[in-house]
Amino acid sequence: MKTKSAVLIAIGALILILTFFFPLWTIDLDAPQYPEGLGLRIWLNEISGLRPNDLQNINGLNHYIGMKVIEPDAIPELEIMPYIMIFMILFGLLNAYLRNKKLIYIWLILFVILGAIGIYDFYMWAYDYGHNLNPNAPIKVPGMTYMPPIFGSKQLLNISATSLPSVAAIVIFISILLNVVALYLSRESKNAK
Amino acid sequence: MKNISKKFLFGAFGALLLIILAYVGCNQSKSSLSGNEAERVYVDPGNYDEFYLFTSGGFSGQMGVYGLPSGRHFKTISVFSQNPETGYGYSEETKAMLNTTYGFIPWDDSHHPELSMTDGVPDGRFIFINGNNTPRVARIDLKEFETKEIIEIPNSAGNHGSPFVTENTEYIVASTRFSVPIPQSDVPISSYKENFKGTISFIKLDPQTENMNLEFQIIVPGFDYDLAHAGKGPSHDWAFFTSYNSEQANTLLEINASKNDKDFIAAINWKKAEQYLKEGKAKTVSAEYYRNYVDEKTHTAVSQLNKQVKVLDPKDCPGMIYYLPTPKSPHGVDVDPTGQYIVAGGKLATVIPVHSFDKMIKAIEDKQFDGEINGIPILKYDAVVAGEVSNPGLGPLHTEFDGNGYAYTSSFISSEIVKWKIGTWEVVDRIPTYYSIGHLCIPGGDSKKPWGKYVIALNKITKDRYLPTGPELTQSAQLIDITGDKMKLLLDFPTVGEPHYAQAIPAELIMKNSQKIYRIEDNGNPYAVKSEKDTRVERKGNEVHVYMSAIRSHFSPDNIEGIKIGDVVYFHVTNLEQDWDIPHGFAMKGMNNSELLIMPGQTLSIKWEPKKVGVFPFYCSDFCSALHQEMQGYIRVSPANSNVQLSYSLGK
Repeated sequence: MKTKSAVLIAIGALILILTFFFPLWTIDLDAPQYPEGLGLRIWLNEISGLRPNDLQNINGLNHYIGMKVIEPDAIPELEIMPYIMIFMILFGLLNAYLRNKKLIYIWLILFVILGAIGIYDFYMWAYDYGHNLNPNAPIKVPGMTYMPPIFGSKQLLNISATSLPSVAAIVIFISILLNVVALYLSRESKNAK
Repeated sequence: MKNISKKFLFGAFGALLLIILAYVGCNQSKSSLSGNEAERVYVDPGNYDEFYLFTSGGFSGQMGVYGLPSGRHFKTISVFSQNPETGYGYSEETKAMLNTTYGFIPWDDSHHPELSMTDGVPDGRFIFINGNNTPRVARIDLKEFETKEIIEIPNSAGNHGSPFVTENTEYIVASTRFSVPIPQSDVPISSYKENFKGTISFIKLDPQTENMNLEFQIIVPGFDYDLAHAGKGPSHDWAFFTSYNSEQANTLLEINASKNDKDFIAAINWKKAEQYLKEGKAKTVSAEYYRNYVDEKTHTAVSQLNKQVKVLDPKDCPGMIYYLPTPKSPHGVDVDPTGQYIVAGGKLATVIPVHSFDKMIKAIEDKQFDGEINGIPILKYDAVVAGEVSNPGLGPLHTEFDGNGYAYTSSFISSEIVKWKIGTWEVVDRIPTYYSIGHLCIPGGDSKKPWGKYVIALNKITKDRYLPTGPELTQSAQLIDITGDKMKLLLDFPTVGEPHYAQAIPAELIMKNSQKIYRIEDNGNPYAVKSEKDTRVERKGNEVHVYMSAIRSHFSPDNIEGIKIGDVVYFHVTNLEQDWDIPHGFAMKGMNNSELLIMPGQTLSIKWEPKKVGVFPFYCSDFCSALHQEMQGYIRVSPANSNVQLSYSLGK
């Protein structure tokens, strides 16, 4: 395996450090009464507001439709994800050192599966928040559920919710891409021989 | 017959209508406006004004906040008067703000807003305002637009010449309008000349704590002290105070205090006063006065009674104070942006005298004196005057500056603003005001760097300018463009209370710091609840404390039983919201003092003494949410001897 590929794999591992400093996903809410914006930021290890009190304010609004309170401390995934990421970084660095293609394939497949599980898990939480509503909620619209979108925009009563991957998710994508490129480059070198 | 009379009636009505239309049309054509004035003052919906304007409320005792150029009213800041809309002066957290040595005073007469300055330019941190009647100075924080501190001024009787700040807000100065016996004593009024004295006070703003402290007073002859301004640049160390009634009359002042050709501007070197203070030249005299301030942690006003003040006597302090003779009962005293010229508004004078600071210093050095009063040397008029503005209109009162070499003087009697050139003292333009202008205001117009775009006329009389509202008419200000050679009237706008004086500042200097909420974590009010879990009701003898929370759209608790006749109930309501512009109200049926308006993260308390047996409702009085009308609760009041147990609940 070429040094070039190993460098790419090392970079792919190291840029994952950025995922600790940027959100994975953003949910922005647009409503007439919030010209200044209102939103959530989903991180590896927490869910925060776009602004300091947004989470509390969103929970306050959600109680009218009977949505459960979003309590980051009660979501176990947020505790596990940082460790998974550390593992993937170390695994990636090890691959850069060992240059073992099989392990790189394992890294790749594992990361893609983990990513898919992550998005599915996000979907399940969103489904749960959007569908399991308090039957005593003040506002009940027949047939209406409030699941936020996973990707794209959706109108929920007076609020337009837009959900998009953020910097950390893009970094993960780039990291995967770098590994694919690294494998591709080494395949080429093999053919050249 | 019937038909004819009907026709006649319609005919008469038609004719009347024509006359009215003609009159209205005529009125419109009489309007002095032509061109793009409407565009100049129109602020598109959703856009912001360029300047904040702070007007005193005059007899309302409050301060108004407006935008310029639109003249739109945003807020009335409660300062010296109770406000039952918000609970200011009624709630347990605010009522101490209005304590004085005369007891609780729920009103005053506020005249002069003055922005804090750094390097001679308004900095947007604070605005001060005087309580004219029961001498006080208030400090208002411009992050919150709330009154944070009120200091009473002892040995003063009518705090008119106040609160003017020195170049870096080192001091806020105040002079007494009325001279009185000092210390107060039971003497005949006719012994005025012998027993009555004036004082000039220097309130220090502590640069660290930003609190006010009455640092020292100067005892001065028994005149009426009117207005003041501190120097700047070369005159940084000085402050100037006008006086009238140098005749020392104690009755029919309109005649008896208008006799002398010249009264005085007192020029005080406050740096020298500080030095004498350090040297121990001041006498410590007993004088009670309150300082009320909002404790930043508990958000609760605290009253502190002070008992002493340091007093300097000019006799012991040579070089500290001089009198500049000034024609005919001078009113305003205004220092130009360079700090070189001191303009007096001799309200009965035919000219505007302008004193030169450099000439004053030279006259002092050369001892160009014309006698002295109580140890205060009187400088020779000719030795200090730089020039006189001729034909300034009748009754010149106040002058502000545009920073481009021009001064603008208000003339009350001839009801106009007169523009004149500094240095040549020539009048270059004049514009009528509607009617009888008092003060005038240019944004930063008393500072080193005026934003000379507009002058605002602060009028005393409005008569026919607006739709009539019975004998009591609106108060009003006028916006005038001063960017061209000719002043141009742009807008009339009504104000809350008399807009006695006003100050304006570019909006960007304030709005970026404007606070949106109070952080609930930082709420140190001992009666606050940080979450619904902490809400409770506690009895201490006949005192009942309700620790209540408010959040959209319910109070917790909202059912309370076990209150008895004879109980004193304190509602401590915390607004748990942390969202911008979501205040909650608290309104109790039969509440004898006021409702509460509680900002997000704030706790306010109000006292209620139930007088009737029964079940009484309370509710939120600020429309907070779609279910605002559901935001309500009940309190059961039982007879004094009842054995209903104290209980409370929410959602049971």
